[in-house]
Amino acid sequence: MLEIFPALPLLLGAIAAVFTRGRLRAALMVAAPVVGAFVVWSQTQGATVEFELLGYTLTPLRIDTLSTLFGYLFHVAALLGVVYSLHLKDTTQLVSSLAYAGCAVGAVYAGDLLTLFVFWELLAVTSAILVCARGDDRALGAGLRYLLVQVTSGVLLLVGILAYAGAGNSLDFDWIGTDSPGGWLILVAFGIKSAFPLVHNWLTDAYPEATPSGTVFLASFTTKVAIYALARGFAGTEVLIYVGATMACFPIFYAVVANDLRRVLAYSLINQLGFMVVGIGIGTELALNGAVAHACTDVVFKGLLMMSMGAVLHVTGEMRASELGGLYKKMPKTMLLCLVGAASISAFPLFSGFVSKSMIVSAVLKEGYDVVWLALLFAAAGVFHHAGIKIPFFAFFAHDSKYVKTAHEPPTNMLVAMSLAAALCIGIGCYPEMLYGLLPYATDYSAYDTSHVLAQLQLLAFSALAFTSLKLYHVYPPELRSIHLDAQWVYRRLAPTTLNWLFVRIQRADRAFRGFALSGLGWVTRSIVRHHRPTGTLARSWPTGSMMLWMAMLLFLTLVLYYL
Amino acid sequence: MLVVLAPLVAAPAIVLIGRARAAWHLALAAVVASFAAACAIAWKVSREGAIDYALGGWEAPWGIAYHVDFLGALVLLTVTGIAVAVVTYARPSVEREIPESRRYYFYGCLMLCLAGLLGMTITGDVFNLFVFLEISSLSSYALIGMGRDRRALNAAFQYLVMGTIGASFILIGIGFMYMMTGTLNMADLAVRLPEVADTRTIRAGFAFLTVGIGLKVALFPLHLWLPNVYAYAPSVVSAFLGATATKVAVYALLRIMLGIFGVEFSLGEMPLHALLVGLGSLGVVSASLVAVFERNVKRMLAYSSVAQVGYMVLGIGLANTDGVTASILHIFNHALMKGALFLALGAVMYRIGSVHIRDLAGLGRRMPLTAAAILVAGLSLIGVPGTVGFVSKWYLVLGALESGLWPLAALVLFGSILALIYIWRLVEVVWFERPAADAPAIDEAPLQMLAPILVLAFANLYFGINTDLTAGLAQRAAEALLEVNR
Repeated sequence: MLEIFPALPLLLGAIAAVFTRGRLRAALMVAAPVVGAFVVWSQTQGATVEFELLGYTLTPLRIDTLSTLFGYLFHVAALLGVVYSLHLKDTTQLVSSLAYAGCAVGAVYAGDLLTLFVFWELLAVTSAILVCARGDDRALGAGLRYLLVQVTSGVLLLVGILAYAGAGNSLDFDWIGTDSPGGWLILVAFGIKSAFPLVHNWLTDAYPEATPSGTVFLASFTTKVAIYALARGFAGTEVLIYVGATMACFPIFYAVVANDLRRVLAYSLINQLGFMVVGIGIGTELALNGAVAHACTDVVFKGLLMMSMGAVLHVTGEMRASELGGLYKKMPKTMLLCLVGAASISAFPLFSGFVSKSMIVSAVLKEGYDVVWLALLFAAAGVFHHAGIKIPFFAFFAHDSKYVKTAHEPPTNMLVAMSLAAALCIGIGCYPEMLYGLLPYATDYSAYDTSHVLAQLQLLAFSALAFTSLKLYHVYPPELRSIHLDAQWVYRRLAPTTLNWLFVRIQRADRAFRGFALSGLGWVTRSIVRHHRPTGTLARSWPTGSMMLWMAMLLFLTLVLYYL
Repeated sequence: MLVVLAPLVAAPAIVLIGRARAAWHLALAAVVASFAAACAIAWKVSREGAIDYALGGWEAPWGIAYHVDFLGALVLLTVTGIAVAVVTYARPSVEREIPESRRYYFYGCLMLCLAGLLGMTITGDVFNLFVFLEISSLSSYALIGMGRDRRALNAAFQYLVMGTIGASFILIGIGFMYMMTGTLNMADLAVRLPEVADTRTIRAGFAFLTVGIGLKVALFPLHLWLPNVYAYAPSVVSAFLGATATKVAVYALLRIMLGIFGVEFSLGEMPLHALLVGLGSLGVVSASLVAVFERNVKRMLAYSSVAQVGYMVLGIGLANTDGVTASILHIFNHALMKGALFLALGAVMYRIGSVHIRDLAGLGRRMPLTAAAILVAGLSLIGVPGTVGFVSKWYLVLGALESGLWPLAALVLFGSILALIYIWRLVEVVWFERPAADAPAIDEAPLQMLAPILVLAFANLYFGINTDLTAGLAQRAAEALLEVNR
């Protein structure tokens, strides 16, 4: 059958959203991801669309199991996000959300590196609009920093592609590896978008600043596109295992001390990405399956958590753990849905996180990376700690906050979106075969064997114990009204102060120089005017005698010159 | 011969008749005849090469020879052409500016001056050149002195003193040359000079000639007589002298320095090129700057003339084909633009009675054709592509780059910017400002004045686009000059 670009329905939906309003727009926006998912379903595996451009063969569309899986995933995420944001009237935000989702779909179907680059940059632009959508100074600043990082990633990608293609490789987007400098550049570009350690700050910086629904979209696409790209281009690259393990562990500490609950989730997002990166780094069929499966479940449960926090933010306008609490009295449904998300991210058996995370952990153990395995166990416990317990505890329980009086359930569309996500979490958790069937490699993996379940339950129990005892003995870091800086310190403190110091000096030198130049210029101009104005030396009528003098002088001069 | 003879004979005839109307008719007939003769000569030269004519059958080097080559033909055409335009134009303007009793003298002097300039161009004898120079100078002093106020007399007196000294310098130079070679014929001199070139006498003579001709050319800083002369002379005289006098002096410079002394001696052994380039550049910048600040438009154009002379001298100083071509071309082109501008200002003077920039406000509404001519000639003076000014500046820049002197090319462009400033100031006042409330209602100038103005303005455009005739002639003249004594 005729191959349709799967990104088309979402992009058309975005265009339609520009020109329509009210219910029509709502219907169109919901229809767009549904139609898109149908397109994904109707496509033939292995089909490609190619065309020639300037002597290069470009493949804007390539359909295989990996892209199909992400195609479904992104349409589901887009649907959840759209439903969640139905109550909005902000055209800019709605349009850029859909366009953003469309670009993500386009990116995973890109069959060549140039097409990938184009969507890569489009992703950056559309998502930056979402970050800025709140419109205040903080959001604009975060948006610009975000855009800067994303564009840097795009530029690195382009340079990498050029170097890679220049070394005689084809432009097809398949396994790239790190054998060539171009490959390294591309890896770094992917790494920036996957929030590798030290280049992760754009994520924790920007996501908490977006609007409630904006964050839902943001958390779903950018990093998952990067994970997809890593899985396709760099499967089995060993360095990724250690990078991933670091990613899984270090955010835990930050997540524990972070006060903004969405920032906690952002750190937790990096931690989940760490699991996937480890899976990609191992590169066996089981590990890759686990990585992409975890990407799928993560989109749903992280989306659910983001949605529930967004709902709290929407209702109260507050996101700091220190100011929230006790909301279960007024928002019981939200609280329940949030708990489903928390259970999923913590990988409780029967919830979605369990079926995917256990695949990665098993693969790690199977390939004999014991240290990494321990790190992942620690990370898994930490997840339960900060995402599974901290989020619902501080938002809905803890002490009663001043918001309890005025709080209420969020709009219906939000609840519907969250319920859909929660249903998916439980559905995948109970019937993992549904997900496994879509994975790129055939698998007979079973999550529910005794050892997995038992190990996970022990982990969870002790983690809960730790949290409880810390809390009881008041050792738990209190929620402080603070913004903490990690590696961002380099560019939010060190760079500005250094630059400032430099600029002050440059400015001083510059001012002195310009002052000097200006006064010199002024002097020259004044003397020109003085001598050339109608009464000036050179312009006034001279007495005959002076003319004679000039003549004599010139004669003298020429005589001297000629005799020399 | 007719080319010089017609005005030379017409001059005493006019004085003898002593009636203004008849004088004008006779003058017109003389200049037309002269122009026709010039055309014939130019045509003959372009077909057969240089013409020699021995006066009275006495062969050179004993008799007085006339010699016309490409360069001479071009200058003849320029001078007679401008003369036709000016004389046609003259009648209404002269009727307004000069008392009836002196008008026939005026025409007589004008004819004499023309005859002198043409004689300088055509002669092949250095002493003859001095004689014609004096004829043209003396008559021009008289012409300038007929200006409407006493400042003209003062200017004429200053010019008289300076011009006489300049002429005597030239005479001294010629005397030195005669002393060493025993001949006055240019071709003969060119042959004999190299033998004695390395003597003090010749060098001193060369220095006297440089300064003497430099004064006539209005080379910076010997230009000081010029602004007042142009500003206070009658309009017709300003236009005629502005368009021809300094050009013929530049021609004389070319003939004597390159034609007689030869390129190698003048620009090689002697540091004349350094002098010309240095003083030319100074002249361009300084005179242009003065023009920027000047409020009297005639004076402003006078300073602009000094700057333009600077360009010509620069071109000669470069001593390569393109540079000398630029100079020769600029003789012709500058005559066109300055002729048009001064004639247009004469028309303004005729209608408004002033050429102060303040009184020109809104001229574009009241005298649109004259104002249009000012615009066209002004653009040409700046050197806008499509006008003659562009062509000569183009060659000048080429010449500067050929010699590797890019700062000079930059200087030419800088001079053009300065020209843009002072011309645009004029254009803005003329076209964009409203006339003062108490300005008298006036019409366009009479057709007799307007026609020459428009013809010259049109020529500015025509020769700016069709450059074959002028640039071709100038280039051949330059090649001939530079080849002669190689």
